[in-house]
Amino acid sequence: MSVKEENKNPAETAVKEKKQVAVKLIPVYIMGKRYEVPEGLTIMKAMEYAGYKFIRGCGCRGGTCGACGTVYRKPGDYKLQVALACQKTVEPDMYMAQIPFFPANRAQYEFADLTSAPEEVFKLYPELFRCVACNACTKACPQGIEVMDAIAALKQGNIAEAARLSFDCIQCGLCTSRCFGELAQYHMLQLARRIYGAKVLPRAEHLAEMVGTVNEGRYDQILDELKHVKEDELKKLYQEREAEPMAAGEDWKPKDTRYL
Amino acid sequence: MKTKARNLEEPGIASLEVLGFKLEEIPRWNCCGAVYSLAEDDLIHQVAPIRNLIRVKEQGKDKLATLCAFCFNTLKRANLLVRENAEKRNTLNSFMDEEIDYGGEVKVVHFLEVLRDEIGWEVLAQKVKLPLRELKVAPYYGCTLLRPREIAIDSVENPTILREFLEALGASPIDFPESTRCCGSYQIISNPDDISEYARDILNSALSHGAEALVLTCPLCDYNLGQGQKKLIKKHNEFKEMPLFYFTQLLALALGLDSRICHFELNYGSPELLLREKNLLS
Amino acid sequence: MSVTISPKRLRREFVRKVKELSGQNLQLCYQCGMCSGNCPAASNMDLSPRQIIELTRLGLEEEIANSKTVWICASCFACTVNCPRGFDLSKMMEAIRLLTLRKNIDYIRPEDISPQERCELPQIAMVSGLRKFTG
Repeated sequence: MSVKEENKNPAETAVKEKKQVAVKLIPVYIMGKRYEVPEGLTIMKAMEYAGYKFIRGCGCRGGTCGACGTVYRKPGDYKLQVALACQKTVEPDMYMAQIPFFPANRAQYEFADLTSAPEEVFKLYPELFRCVACNACTKACPQGIEVMDAIAALKQGNIAEAARLSFDCIQCGLCTSRCFGELAQYHMLQLARRIYGAKVLPRAEHLAEMVGTVNEGRYDQILDELKHVKEDELKKLYQEREAEPMAAGEDWKPKDTRYL
Repeated sequence: MKTKARNLEEPGIASLEVLGFKLEEIPRWNCCGAVYSLAEDDLIHQVAPIRNLIRVKEQGKDKLATLCAFCFNTLKRANLLVRENAEKRNTLNSFMDEEIDYGGEVKVVHFLEVLRDEIGWEVLAQKVKLPLRELKVAPYYGCTLLRPREIAIDSVENPTILREFLEALGASPIDFPESTRCCGSYQIISNPDDISEYARDILNSALSHGAEALVLTCPLCDYNLGQGQKKLIKKHNEFKEMPLFYFTQLLALALGLDSRICHFELNYGSPELLLREKNLLS
Repeated sequence: MSVTISPKRLRREFVRKVKELSGQNLQLCYQCGMCSGNCPAASNMDLSPRQIIELTRLGLEEEIANSKTVWICASCFACTVNCPRGFDLSKMMEAIRLLTLRKNIDYIRPEDISPQERCELPQIAMVSGLRKFTG
């Protein structure tokens, strides 16, 4: 090998050599039709491999937006399962279909007009009381939320607990798709979280104070000064700024106390 | 219990503590479903009450005491079903595959049974600090504590448990014929006019037998009789308002606890006025 | 009231389903009327509880469907507890209600309950009412 070849970029080499990697194909059934797709793909990627294009029911592809609900079954198993297409990996002979939209009941309301009472939820979603505690919702949730317990808390009038338990909800609607009582749990719990955050949780007073101070113009002058400082000078100021040491005590003060 | 029926729960828990019993609220409880499903093939509606019994079993406890009469009925009947029917028990257990198996190991009792059977009326009477003298109270049982026979906490035709309870507290129980007649239950949501009628019959009967107040065990009876009498007063001015108490409120009062835990402000029929008249409330 | 009884009007499927869902032996009833006498809602019913049993036995589904009796029943079990033959009428009432509800025909809709009432009603009223009147 010449010296020139030794220094070549290994990535370039690999591309040039075009290695053939064996990919195992497994059969899956998308809406009843059989396809062979590479093992290890997510449902979403498998469907795209099979030639489907997602123009609806697809979003962040990262398990956070809740758009890609899928219902599936595995052979030899009677259980109907649900999952997010972008997260769930395909298995051999999986039978699946997408749920790009689920027509769950979403009450219309003016949020500003609501009080912080749990009765607001009872008023807007009376079907809340149809829950039979079957737990299908909890089993369906891709975020591992205890949906049944959150709904139970809501029925008991405990907005705070319902909000706490449903914190990780990504509004995918898979709970509603399996609900015996036809509740739209995710909409009801979203209302609970909104009420909790806006009307129940105590305000951060120190934050409000700070916002007031800023609006009064306390920092206007220094901000103005900094805006007119040249780039080099700005970099120097930044690098030489005084930072609070890690082990600073309660009474540590910076040298420049003008803005405390 | 945490919202509208605080005036049933709080004085009850506080009273039982004074009597030496600590009630532990079961964690992760869900609504039991209020009514027991009466269809032979219906198992989904048994899931909710059984799940609560499983929660009790999970805590290593073997007894569930209920304050609400409505729920007592549902829980006890569901428990009996699981104990008596192996096939249904197996189906329920395999459906609730995320829970431990349940075979009826927990006993369901009502608060009044705890007072009668585990504390005893004599002991209760001894602990009374403020006897409810001259308070003429009619015991109103409603349906759920006494029917059907297999779950009844007392005689179905001639119950005496509330009479004994009131006597232990020093009050004067007034028996009346409509004391076990149904208040209308869930019909309030579909036929509220019927409810007013039932309220009229029950309250008139109590009044004509000399009662000054009623004592209740169920939040739905409270709502139906309370709202019922409000509507009656609107229609007929001469209808006399009857104060409605929960048995736990009278218990707490008699044991000398702070009246604030009774939350009388949530009651129907202005009970505070009556209590002040009798010098039972400062 | 006048009712025509004939084999042509006997709805066998209805009778069979009521027996199955209620688990009761319809032949036990000897029409004594204790149930009607004890029923707190009887004065508001068009057909009395006793009549419902007889009409069911005769398979007269239409008369029962046109009556409001089973829908104003409050499941208080007074009938059951007082029946001298141990017939559980409350279970039969439930069976007849369920035959309608399971066809996806609800007796009430949650929206029909006023917002004011939805706030004020104890939760057990909402839960029990929706269980008895919606499928």
